[in-house]
Amino acid sequence: MQVYRWTLTMALSIVHRATGIALYVGTLLLAWWLIAAASGPTAYGHVQAFTGSIIGRLIVFGYTWALMHHMLSGIRHFVWDLGYGFKANEREALTWGALIGGIGLTVLIWIIAYAIGGGR
Amino acid sequence: MSFSESHGSPKPPSMRTPLGRVRNLGAAHSGTGDFWRQRITAVAMTLLMIPVLVIIMMLLGRNQAGAAQILGSLPIAVILLLFIVASAWHMKIGMQVVIEDYIHNEKLKLVSIMLNNFFSIAVALASTYAILKLSSGV
Repeated sequence: MQVYRWTLTMALSIVHRATGIALYVGTLLLAWWLIAAASGPTAYGHVQAFTGSIIGRLIVFGYTWALMHHMLSGIRHFVWDLGYGFKANEREALTWGALIGGIGLTVLIWIIAYAIGGGR
Repeated sequence: MSFSESHGSPKPPSMRTPLGRVRNLGAAHSGTGDFWRQRITAVAMTLLMIPVLVIIMMLLGRNQAGAAQILGSLPIAVILLLFIVASAWHMKIGMQVVIEDYIHNEKLKLVSIMLNNFFSIAVALASTYAILKLSSGV
């Protein structure tokens, strides 16, 4: 491994796995939320108290980014699976696209969420 | 099998060469099935992403009664069920790839793969149960 020059594409390959593992663990939060909604007002109140807290918001924000990044990074892998985008400049463009797109979509989703959620 | 056993042969006779038997199976010894299923579930989730995000936006700032009403409607329940099945399947395969890549102790690897299956199925069933309970309004 040490003989390879560390590239952005390689680093993002690791990030793809790391976000995948984070999303894996984060499904516990989604399952908790759905079960609480099915259980009743008290249980749902606990979830809302958690997701409304600073820590909760940070975790959900991080989860949003992990999901968006993993999706775009996954689309990048899918393009490679289909046999396209292997030229150096194409590789770089796809990788930067996933990186910037993931952050951009996350911010966009949270702006919309605050605009809608704050209005209710 | 009884033919080969009666002759004390460890394997049934085969015309296939050893290379032919293992060709295309790869390091996971299970072939390309998981690879393909991982792509199917990935595409499914990508297509479902916008509807799922819309559903989550609809639920923001609502109390349990409001959320339960929305989650219990048929199209929303179906979209979420599809997403739950696709994501549980996808994450089970993905985590197994990670386990197979990084855990080299055979026993620990098998235990990890088993726990991965338990976790993924438990999350999927718990979430599915919640959606069905909301849909039936019990």
